Amino acid sequence: MAVIVHKDFQFIVQGITGREALNFTRECLEYGSKIIGGVTPGKGGREVYGVSVYDTVREITERERVDGTVITVPLAFAPDAAFEAIDAGIKEIVIITEGIPRKDASAVVEYAALRGARVIGPNCLGVITPDVCRFGSLGGPAVDCRKAFKPGVVGVMSRSGGMTTEICNALTLSGLGVSTAISIGGDPVIGSTYADLIPLFEADEDTRAVVVYSEPGGTAEAELARWTQENNSRLPIVAFVAGRFMDEMPGMSFGHAGTVVNKKVDSPADKMRRMREAGISVAEEIGDIPDLVRERIGN
Amino acid sequence: MKFYEFEAKQLLRKHGIPLVRGEVAETAKAAKKIAAEIDGPVILKAQVIAPGLTATSVREASDPAEAKAAAAELLEIDDGGRKPKGVLVEARPSGPTYSLSFTYDGTAKLPVIAGSDLAGKIDDIGDEHPNRIVRRHFSALFPFSDYIAKELVRSMGFGGGDLNRMTRIVSGLARLFLKYDLADLDITSLVKLDDGSFVLRDVEADLEIEARHRQRPMLDELGFAKDDLRQVREPTEFELEGARIDAEDPRGIISPIAEFDGNIGLVIGAGGGSLTLTDAVRKHGGRPANYAAIGGNPSVDKARRLTKLVLSKPGVDKVAVMSNVVSNTRADLVARGVIKAIVEMGYEPADKILIFRVPGAWEADAAKILKKYGIEYCDRTVSISEAARRAVEKAG
Repeated sequence: MAVIVHKDFQFIVQGITGREALNFTRECLEYGSKIIGGVTPGKGGREVYGVSVYDTVREITERERVDGTVITVPLAFAPDAAFEAIDAGIKEIVIITEGIPRKDASAVVEYAALRGARVIGPNCLGVITPDVCRFGSLGGPAVDCRKAFKPGVVGVMSRSGGMTTEICNALTLSGLGVSTAISIGGDPVIGSTYADLIPLFEADEDTRAVVVYSEPGGTAEAELARWTQENNSRLPIVAFVAGRFMDEMPGMSFGHAGTVVNKKVDSPADKMRRMREAGISVAEEIGDIPDLVRERIGN
Repeated sequence: MKFYEFEAKQLLRKHGIPLVRGEVAETAKAAKKIAAEIDGPVILKAQVIAPGLTATSVREASDPAEAKAAAAELLEIDDGGRKPKGVLVEARPSGPTYSLSFTYDGTAKLPVIAGSDLAGKIDDIGDEHPNRIVRRHFSALFPFSDYIAKELVRSMGFGGGDLNRMTRIVSGLARLFLKYDLADLDITSLVKLDDGSFVLRDVEADLEIEARHRQRPMLDELGFAKDDLRQVREPTEFELEGARIDAEDPRGIISPIAEFDGNIGLVIGAGGGSLTLTDAVRKHGGRPANYAAIGGNPSVDKARRLTKLVLSKPGVDKVAVMSNVVSNTRADLVARGVIKAIVEMGYEPADKILIFRVPGAWEADAAKILKKYGIEYCDRTVSISEAARRAVEKAG
């Protein structure tokens, strides 16, 4: 089992000829992912590491099953690329592109919902089920990626791409390993929040606990706390809230676009309180996460 | 990016939203003149950005002379190292007061309007009187339709002519909210006047920072300078130099850079890693001298210049070089840059580096370089918490 991806998961890369896309396309192929095409308008007919490049998404979806797409096109073209993928019938859409205004992100996500598609991101690195499929750019070069992500029992959701790898690496070192990890994105409006995705982990028999990495800003943690209280989940959740120093610096923004404390609900202190009240274990230190997971799953 | 209230009001007024009478004054004398024109009690609001100034930045005055004196004091407020951008002098009509708020709901992933029959910030009202707030989501995908505003206004309890007047205001604001890429628009007081009309009294507006380029025409019209990011305080010389280093070399990112008042220099990355590392240093009793966020794959030179900047900061004796497990940042390039900076400054790298924990790409090469200078390379088996603990311990 796996979450979102599976062993026959086939995806495409929109913006495949970009610098970053070239890197992760190679890395994904080396990892064993099935990338069955790429799209860059005006570059149809080329090849990238053996992957054919097309001008439009439909040229691929008309001849093959496409389960997902990774979008890394430049900012100004990102919403259009997402609409194109949604209209071509693709159901799992990872948007890596950073800096998309929330109005555009909201429009894309609403359109996806109308067409039964799911958006991960924007401003994320995608999804990985270790040794099954890497869908996006998590973990860097395949050799490094394999070091950090070993199959196991913990699902991971993170607002930071880098910290997804950091936490998975710690879980791998501790022997717990990772069932599926999802970099959900650091923007104020993202397609899939913790609460949207946790039912998928709930249904995944490999997952025995979930680790959540969070940051200041937004209501996603409050929403997760509410979900946990309202649903009789079998899964223990361990959360870590970074950026606690920002509680003393109202209005300052560090890191991701979504990371700003303007309202009470934005503050790490408020997030930690809500999650604790909902029975989520909140790690005081990042290094405490594996032990807390073990404690919660009685292992 | 926060608008000054007078800017937000200028934008709304241009689009026919009814507002209280008033103008912005740059001098106390001008404030007196505006107060005389209003001919009645006025409110004076220093135009500031820094949070926490609400109480000190607003005064009431009953006549022009009082307004002049109040304005003179308000113009001296310290707005995070800046002077206020003038004083807004306005009439203060009274009557039944309401509030409206436009923002994005990250849970529904949609824009949302909230309304209340109480004045104030919706979030504050929500804390004490959650049942006095009504909400209505709308769409950023489809054009705004008036009935959405009408439904909200109806659920606020309005009927008759009030319902139609308020619907026009709410629709107008919703369209401007979308058109101008606002992230937040708060009408913290909206008053019904004796003649039955409504006017907006207090307005707060925030621009989506990512939309500042495409909103340039509107910002130019308001006189919003290109490099003005409306930070809560003026950037320091350290921060400006950090931004320059980042801008001058497109390879990799080292921003944001912020100055703190501690003694431990931080050469750290990336986005989430820097947040976590800064917390970890503090958790173990360390006092960070700065914030940095290395991302992408910075060149040796960029790492060198960042290290020099941090080590040159008064009160900083040593640096901790740390990051989360990296995918793209090459650990060896960071190592080269850091060592080069220290050697150029005439120090022994081993005396200046508290810890080097950058696991991931090219880590074997990084370890080799560091070993040559007698510095231990901490790999991925050393957790972020442990790395921070060691750094703080060594800093003493």
